[in-house]
Amino acid sequence: MALLALEGIEAAYGASQALFGVDLALGAGEVVALMGRNGMGKTTTIRVACGMMPARAGRVTFEGRDITRWPAHRVARLGVGLVPEGRRCFAPLTVEENLLAAARPGPWDRASVAELFPRLAERRDQRAASLSGGEQQMLAIGRALMTNPRLLILDEATEGLAPVVRQEIWRAIARLKAETGLALLVVDKSLKELARVADRAVILERGRTVWQGGMADLGRDVTDRYLGV
Amino acid sequence: MRRETIINAGLAAGLLAIPLWAHVTGEIFTITLATRVAILALAAVGLNLALGLGGLVSFGHAAYFGLGGYAMGILAFHAQTYDPIFTWPFVFEGTKQMLVIWAVALVASGLAAALIGMLTLHTSGAYFIMATLAFGQMFYYLFVSWPKYGGEDGMAIYVRNDFPGLNTLDPIQLFVICYALLMAGLFVSWRIARSPFGLALQAARQNAERVETVGIRPFRIRLAAFVISGMITGLAGALMADLNRFVGPTMFSWHTSGEIMVLVILGGVARLYGPVAGAALFVLLEHWLGGVSDYWLAFVGALLLLVVLFARGGLIGSLAGREVAHD
Repeated sequence: MALLALEGIEAAYGASQALFGVDLALGAGEVVALMGRNGMGKTTTIRVACGMMPARAGRVTFEGRDITRWPAHRVARLGVGLVPEGRRCFAPLTVEENLLAAARPGPWDRASVAELFPRLAERRDQRAASLSGGEQQMLAIGRALMTNPRLLILDEATEGLAPVVRQEIWRAIARLKAETGLALLVVDKSLKELARVADRAVILERGRTVWQGGMADLGRDVTDRYLGV
Repeated sequence: MRRETIINAGLAAGLLAIPLWAHVTGEIFTITLATRVAILALAAVGLNLALGLGGLVSFGHAAYFGLGGYAMGILAFHAQTYDPIFTWPFVFEGTKQMLVIWAVALVASGLAAALIGMLTLHTSGAYFIMATLAFGQMFYYLFVSWPKYGGEDGMAIYVRNDFPGLNTLDPIQLFVICYALLMAGLFVSWRIARSPFGLALQAARQNAERVETVGIRPFRIRLAAFVISGMITGLAGALMADLNRFVGPTMFSWHTSGEIMVLVILGGVARLYGPVAGAALFVLLEHWLGGVSDYWLAFVGALLLLVVLFARGGLIGSLAGREVAHD
């Protein structure tokens, strides 16, 4: 049984429809890359999966349980952690407070987050607003991990970061894959890095799933056609 | 030690030292002023929890202040007349015991805050302000039109209520009671600000959706904060009624809600000791300027304007800097 499954999802922002039929399935411990050009519906898909936006049609299930109409906080409690686009830490709180505010019991705690991102430990009493972009991103990932999710969704986690910092984030993602049984749904522009870490890929085009398959099967023809790379 | 911590310690020590000194030199009036500061500060500590930490601009905290006041008034009135408040399903007598009065004030204001919060916390911005204001005014008109408890004229309670082991008619002893409760209120507020609950509350103030993605329902934590906030302000209402030995419907009026909010803003929104600084400043201005002109509130208005325009962190913010949201 899939951990998270989206079947025939349609969604709209008011009158303008963004998703016309998104299918996506992700197994426990699996790393799936959600790809597509800008404006193809990746973030909307994630918002629907997390309960932050209602689906107009289709079904979202988590371990077979229908969570289509669940509010975001219940989806999060079920075990879906989100690292939203654009970092978005709780700016007025310190690093430590950001982590504490999200904490739920489980193997991830402040110590294990600090082990994954030593820089956060150094900055623990600093306010989130005063961190660099990369540090804020680490904090956003750390905060999502503190909820002890079974699925972690990363929406453009490396966007706008310096190459060195990107490498640090990718290393952390690779570690999460290798050392924990955490399932990951990753949205990112870097095909090279995704190829290294993801097991499978799902490609969206104009709000529809147009290609699904193993990362190894993702040939030039597909990437040329849908990703424009 | 951080600068704000030093300022806070100074405020706490000053508020204790001045009335003790006044007690030694026999200046009873100064003790009463300090007691007023402590009580108003406690009311504002309550509001600061909702307004400062939660970003909930309640313009109806007079409801809880008044309920606390009337909890004292009604219980003491029935104790004065030896007639029970109700006899069914059980006999509920009036009392002159402060501890019982406080418990009733806490429960009454907590229940009211829960009810009002459940109905208003789904709204935000101007709607939330108006909805809380409307509930405050409902209580005001209810008590204005309730002749049994004094109606528009309010009720005088001739003898101050009792506290075990203390003589509450001695101004310094009453001050100590109020001061201790203020410190307890500040301690609760300090603990909440650093607990995961309080952190989530502050996070929700900034962005509710982000809080939901970590599995927290903003409505629930806001409601909890609103109830605790209302209870603290309710307790302050009971103390104020005891200090004045009088309760009247003006405790419920929107002026009172505004006044409590002014205390918070003058002192510094979301600052732990903001309410103490605000209440001290307010009572001092009332005392000094009230002697100079009947229109002293106009000066407070001007000061409030200056604070809002130029010193957003209030008195504490101006002295300690704007760095932290809480201490």
